[in-house]
Amino acid sequence: MDPAAPLAPSGNLRRRMLVSRLVTISATLAAVVAVAALAIVTYGVASRGAAAISLNFLLNDPPAFGGPGGGIASAIVGTVIIVAAATVIAAPLGIVIAIYLVEFAGPSSRAGALLRLALDLMQGIPAIVVGIFVLGLIVIPEHQESGFAASVALAIIMLPLIARASQEVLRTVPGSLREAADALGVDRWRAILTVILPTALGGIVTGTILAVARAAGETAPLIILDTGFTSATTVNLFKPMPNIPESIFNAAEAADPTGFTRAWGAALVLLVLILAANVGARVLLARSRRRMGL
Amino acid sequence: MSLRESGLEGDEPPRHIRPRVRIQSAPAPTPPPQIGGDRQAVQRAAVFDIRDMTVDYGAKRALDGTTLTISRNVVTAVIGPSGCGKSTFLRSLNRMNDSIPGFSLGGQVLYHGHDIYARATNRVEVRRRIGMVFQKPNPFPKSIFDNVAWAPRNLGLRHDLDARVERALRGAALWDEVKDRLRSSALGLSGGQQQRLCIARAIAVEPDVLLLDEPASALDPVATASIEDLMHDLKLLYTIVIVTHNMQQAARVADRTAFFSLDTTGGRRVGTLVEYDDTEVIFRSPKDSRTRDYVTGRFG
Repeated sequence: MDPAAPLAPSGNLRRRMLVSRLVTISATLAAVVAVAALAIVTYGVASRGAAAISLNFLLNDPPAFGGPGGGIASAIVGTVIIVAAATVIAAPLGIVIAIYLVEFAGPSSRAGALLRLALDLMQGIPAIVVGIFVLGLIVIPEHQESGFAASVALAIIMLPLIARASQEVLRTVPGSLREAADALGVDRWRAILTVILPTALGGIVTGTILAVARAAGETAPLIILDTGFTSATTVNLFKPMPNIPESIFNAAEAADPTGFTRAWGAALVLLVLILAANVGARVLLARSRRRMGL
Repeated sequence: MSLRESGLEGDEPPRHIRPRVRIQSAPAPTPPPQIGGDRQAVQRAAVFDIRDMTVDYGAKRALDGTTLTISRNVVTAVIGPSGCGKSTFLRSLNRMNDSIPGFSLGGQVLYHGHDIYARATNRVEVRRRIGMVFQKPNPFPKSIFDNVAWAPRNLGLRHDLDARVERALRGAALWDEVKDRLRSSALGLSGGQQQRLCIARAIAVEPDVLLLDEPASALDPVATASIEDLMHDLKLLYTIVIVTHNMQQAARVADRTAFFSLDTTGGRRVGTLVEYDDTEVIFRSPKDSRTRDYVTGRFG
């Protein structure tokens, strides 16, 4: 090598620069495709659904015996209640499971490994299978389809998501905080309650809301577990409750040509609910990061 | 101001880091410094009576048979090269090693006559009385006040919490710097302030012993100086054991010094207590040649 040569690329540097540029471009393209897919779906739903959206659509129930017209108010209320009940069931359980995995079962614990495997398998169970399972568990013995049965099914779907997400967040809480708490002569469970959980709370809430978003769109269990003849707004969880995914399904299948527009409208409402939940989750996560000084 | 000094005026450090000068002018270990030794130390009551303590991590021995006595209201320094088991030794005194996989301890660690590792001993209670401050400041992501108040609250010491927090912060020489922002986050403090906050947090529950694991090694010289100053005040109330790899620091703060080293006989490398004596003796006239080599800077 001649140290006095001009500092232009020499040897295989030219080729390496080319490879580097190619990798950069393809990575950027992949990112653009991902964002584009989201944008196209959102735009497609928004542009077609917007036509259906009106105060009447949002605030009124559908006609009692089917047919065109009316709104999806009962379905919005139903979905919110069903998903809220599912969250009430799944979130505490999932968070406690995560605490067990991170704080009590060591990284080499056999019980912990088994539990993690079980959660991963649970995540892989198709929603329709969960639906059939809950049908046998609740609906058939009770002779009654209900919003509650749907909530249980959604809770089963949400549980592994919440547990795994919370576990990841709890693991990012620095071990030095646990040591500090130990060295002060305070029981570990008090440290979990007053230091570790508050530190991780934003992340846990984020994980929970992402699970909510996933559950809110699940259709298969709702069709199996929660169909009724009524389309009026109800807040009784133990009776069949109208809900958005089912409304979309029914409207899209309807013979009536306006049904299709109504399906788009309901889809847009669902999408907005989920996007709002997601944005809320991101804000919380950012706040938790700041609090942890990350 | 002398001519030479005025010539350096442009380089003079700003007022707030002036103490640096004091540290640099502190006496070097050779010739040995004037040590603030407490000659009565030998007669004081024993807090720890450690008998033939060994520590193993799995199949690996970390610390060979260590026997020594730590006296009340003195500062005991533990010095030695990296990996000589000094942190292991310190963390064994309040059972902080319990959670390390494979940890096992032989011999006896008696604290005021009670076996720290006895079956009936509760390790949470042990740590309640034997507090610890770590190498890296680890404040909770809470306000300054809540950091100090956290342990008292959880231990049921809620009576007059404000006064307790103020006392702890004053004890850690931090009160004047934070008294106007007790409600702001502890993570906004500087490294040295965070470490003093951790000391305040530890003394807020009024422990009997304070274990300090290289408390100043992550700090700049100014913060180090303030921590060292603090130790002279703290030993009036607490028994202090401090691990440090900084010999000058041991010489400046400790009454008694234990020198640990690596014993490499038989192909294994095991931490061993080489010599334990008054700090002055360790630095001025050590009995063991390994101690002499270490304190004169020939190795380590």
